[in-house]
Amino acid sequence: MPILWLLLIVLALGAIGYMLGVRRAVASAGGDARKLHSLPSYYGSNVFLATVIPALMLMGAWLLLQPVVIEAQISPLITAEAEASERSPDLVLADVRRLADGLNDLHAQNVLDDAEIRRLNAGRDDVREMLGQVGIALGADVAQPVLDGARDYRNLWARYSLAMTIVVLGAAALGFIAAIRNTHVEFRARNVVERAIKALLILASTIAILTTVGIVMSMLLETRNFFGQYNWTDFFFGTTWAPSFSGRGGASELGILPLLWGTLYISFIALIVAVPVGLFAAIYLSEYAGPKMRAWAKPAIEVLAGIPTIVYGLFALITLGPMLRDYFAQPLGLGDSSASVMTAGLVMGIMLIPFVSSLSDDIINAVPQSMRDGSLGLGATKSETIKQVVVPAALPGIVGAVLLAASRAIGETMIVVLGAGAAAKISGNPFEAMTTVTVKIVSQLTGDTDFASPETLVAFALGLTLFVLTLGLNILALYVVRKYREQYE
Amino acid sequence: MTDASANTATGLYATDAHVRKRNAAEKRFRLYGLAAVCVGILALIVLMTSILGNGVSAFRQTYVTLNVELLEAKLDKNGNRNIDDIKKVSTFGYAPLIQTAVEAAIAENGIAIDGLTGKEAGGIISKEAAAQLRNFVIANPDAIGTTVEFDVLANAQIDGYFKGRVDRADAELLKTVSPVQLDLSDALLEAGVLRTKFNTAFITAPDASDNRPEAAGLGVAILGSFYMMIVVLVLALPIGVAASIYLEEFAPKNRWTDLIEVNISNLAAVPSIVFGILGLAIFINFAGLPQSAPIVGGLVLTLMTLPTIIIATRAALKAVPPSIRDAALGVGASKMQAVFHHVLPLAAPGILTGTIIGLAQALGETAPLLLIGMVAFVREYPAGPPEGFFDPASALPVQVYNWTQRADAALVERASGAIIVLLVFLLAMNVAAIILRRRFERRW
Repeated sequence: MPILWLLLIVLALGAIGYMLGVRRAVASAGGDARKLHSLPSYYGSNVFLATVIPALMLMGAWLLLQPVVIEAQISPLITAEAEASERSPDLVLADVRRLADGLNDLHAQNVLDDAEIRRLNAGRDDVREMLGQVGIALGADVAQPVLDGARDYRNLWARYSLAMTIVVLGAAALGFIAAIRNTHVEFRARNVVERAIKALLILASTIAILTTVGIVMSMLLETRNFFGQYNWTDFFFGTTWAPSFSGRGGASELGILPLLWGTLYISFIALIVAVPVGLFAAIYLSEYAGPKMRAWAKPAIEVLAGIPTIVYGLFALITLGPMLRDYFAQPLGLGDSSASVMTAGLVMGIMLIPFVSSLSDDIINAVPQSMRDGSLGLGATKSETIKQVVVPAALPGIVGAVLLAASRAIGETMIVVLGAGAAAKISGNPFEAMTTVTVKIVSQLTGDTDFASPETLVAFALGLTLFVLTLGLNILALYVVRKYREQYE
Repeated sequence: MTDASANTATGLYATDAHVRKRNAAEKRFRLYGLAAVCVGILALIVLMTSILGNGVSAFRQTYVTLNVELLEAKLDKNGNRNIDDIKKVSTFGYAPLIQTAVEAAIAENGIAIDGLTGKEAGGIISKEAAAQLRNFVIANPDAIGTTVEFDVLANAQIDGYFKGRVDRADAELLKTVSPVQLDLSDALLEAGVLRTKFNTAFITAPDASDNRPEAAGLGVAILGSFYMMIVVLVLALPIGVAASIYLEEFAPKNRWTDLIEVNISNLAAVPSIVFGILGLAIFINFAGLPQSAPIVGGLVLTLMTLPTIIIATRAALKAVPPSIRDAALGVGASKMQAVFHHVLPLAAPGILTGTIIGLAQALGETAPLLLIGMVAFVREYPAGPPEGFFDPASALPVQVYNWTQRADAALVERASGAIIVLLVFLLAMNVAAIILRRRFERRW
C-alpha cells in the first residue's frame, strides 16, 4: 500500500478515535461534562495521540531500516557478482536497485505481469530494450545475477512493505483500543496529553542537536575515507592543488594551503573594506545623525544585508570584475583576469558592511549615556568622547562583531565562485585569480568524478576544515565578548 | 593644565591653536562617518542600477508574425490524420515550412534585399519555432492543410541587434548572423511583421539549450523555488515554534538545555555550504532521495532556516509580559494551556514576521542547492504535488548560476533579468513582513 494511503488511514483512524473519545467521556459522566477531570477535548486528543503517534513512529523507523535490512539480505549475491565481474559492490548494488525500479515501472505500466517477470531470463530476453521502452536507460546489457538480484530485491521489498502495513495498522488499532478503554470519568486525560505534547516539544528541540551531529558525522566519516586514500600530511601541508581527472589517487595533488591562502586573502580584503566603513557608519548613525536621517539611512544599509549573495556574485562577474581589469589591472600591468581577489574581496566587503554596522550599532548603543556625559562634562569634543571613551568601552563587542564578520567571509561561496576564479595558487598580487576552499568544495562535488575517488572525497575534508575554522571563530568571538565585556549597571 | 607661559590669548571666547586643532579633528571625524554612510548607500545604488540596467532588456523579446501554410504533403503524407504518423515528422520537417512563410512575408511586403538567400531568410527565425509549430500541429491535427498565423521568436542574434548587443561590425565577423539578415530584419520591422514586445515567456517558459537561448525562461525555476518554500514552511515553522516553546517556557536550566541553546546559536553561524554537504551525505547518499528534487532542497533549507525561526520566535515569546501567563494560571489553566491558549496567539505576529524573513533568506540561497545536484539543466515542469516534490527541478538562484556558467550574451542578460524577478519576490516578502508587523504589533 503506498505510504501516503497508510498515513491517511492512520490519521483518519485517529480522527474517528477523537470523536469517539469525546462522546464516550461525556457519556461516562452521565452527560454532564463538568464532572470530568479534564475538558472533553482532552479525552478525544488522548485517543488521537495514542492511535497516531506510536503508529507513525513505527512507520518512520521501519522505512529507515527497510532498505538496510533488504540490502543486508541480498549482500551475499552482491558480493559474489562483484567479485565475478570485478566491480565494486556499491556499483552492483546501484545496478540492482535501478533494475528493480525498472521492473516496477514495467509492472506498473502493464507491459509485464508478475508471472512474466518471474520468467525473465537475461540470456533470452532483451531486458535492456524493454526498459528503454519505458524510459529507463541502462549503460550495459543486463547480466543474469543482476536480474536475479533485482527480482529478489523487488520480492523482499513487496513482502516487507506488506508487513509494515500490517504492523502499523495493528499498532494504530492497539493504541485506539487501549485509549478508548481508558476513557472514563476518573481518567486524568489532560495530564497524559500534556505529557505527550511536552515529549513532542522536546523532540523538536533535539532536532537542532541532531543537525549538528549529522553535520559532524557525515563529514567525519567521509573525511576518514579520504584520509584512507590520501596522506593527511600532504593534504594539510601541501602547497599544490592539482586534482587529476584520470584514474584514482596517484597523480592528484590535493594540498589545502593554496586554498586557505586564497580564502584568507579575500577575507582580509573584505574586512579592510567592511570594518572601517561599517564601524564609522554605525558611529555616525548612532551618535551624530538626527532621527530623520537615521530613519531612512539605517534601513537602506540593512537592505544590503537582505540581498542574496548570488546577486553580489553576478555584480562582481559582469560589472566590477571587467571594470577593475580595464581600469586598474591592465594599465598597471598586474594581471588581465576579470575574476580576481580584489573583485571578490571588494564585493564581499560591500556585503559585510551592514553586518558590521548593525552589530556595532547595537553595541555602541549599549554603552550608558552617563559615560558620554561624564566625558563631555570634562570638556572633550564629541569625537574625542567617541574615540577615547565609547569605543574602548564597546571594544569587546566590536572585536566580536569583526570576528563574526570574518567567519561569514570565510564561509561565503557564491561571491567567490563567480568573482574569484578557479586557479589555486599562492601569490601576493591581488589582481590575480585565486580560488578558495568553498569554490573547490562546489567544483569537486558537482563534477562528474566517481563518488568514492579521493578527488570527490576531498570536498568533505575541505568542508570539515571550513566548519572547524568558522566554529572556532564563532566560539572565540563569544569568549572575547563574555570575558572582556563590562557589565554596566 | 595648559602652560601659562606658552600661550597668550586663552579665554572662553578666544580659541587657541590647540582647540582649533581639536575642533578640526572633530569636523574630520564627523566627515568620515558621513562618508562611510554615503559609501554604503552608494554601493547599494550602484548595485541596483547595474542589475536593473543589465536585466531589464530580458523582459522584452523580438517576435515575428508569420502566416505558415501547414502543407499536408509534408506533414501528413498518408492523409489520414493519424497522430502517430504526424508525430513521426520531426522538427526538421517543419523548418522548410517556416522558410517558405518568411519568403512569403518578404514578397507580400515588397521587400527587396540584394544577396538574400532563402536559407538566410529562414535563418532569422529561432530554432524553437519549429518545435512550437510541431506542438501546435500535434494538438490540432485538423489544422493541417490550412494557413495559420504564428508569433515566433526571432533568433538570439537578431534579438541582440534590436537590443544593442550586436551591431553591423559584429555581424560581419559572426557566423551566426550576416549583415544581409540584419537588413532584412530592419525591413520587416518597418513592415510591422517583426516587433519587440514584452516577453511573458521569460517567466513561464522552461530553460532552453545553447542553440536557442532566446527561448530560455524561468518557469521551471519559479515552480521549483515555490515547492521548496512550501516544504520549508510546512516543516520549519512547526518544528521551530515547538522547539522555541520548549526552550522558552518549559526547559529546566540544566546542561542539556545549555547544549541545545549553544547548538542553535552555532547553527545560525555555520556557512551555508556545510548544510549542502550535509544534505548530500544524508538525504541523497544515505536516504536515497532523488537528486535535484524540491524535497531535498526543501529539507536542506529547512535546516538552515530553523535557527532563524527559533531565534525570532523566542524573542516574540519573551516579549509577552509575564502578567498574561500569571493571569491564565490564576484562573486555573495548566502551564501548557496558558502557553498554547494565551501566550502563543499573542506572540503570533512576531513569529509570522520571523518566518517570512526566514523564508526570504531561504529563497536566495544557492550554495547548498548546488551541492544537492540542482545544477542540472531541467526542461520539463515538475508534476503537481505531492509527486512533483520528487521530480527534478531547478530554483531561481540556481538558474541564475547555471546561466552565468553558459557564457552566452543572451543568457547573461537573462541572468540579470532573473535576479530582478528574485529581488521582486524578496521585496514583496519583506514588505509583507513589515506591514504585518506594523499592523499586528502590540506595545505592552
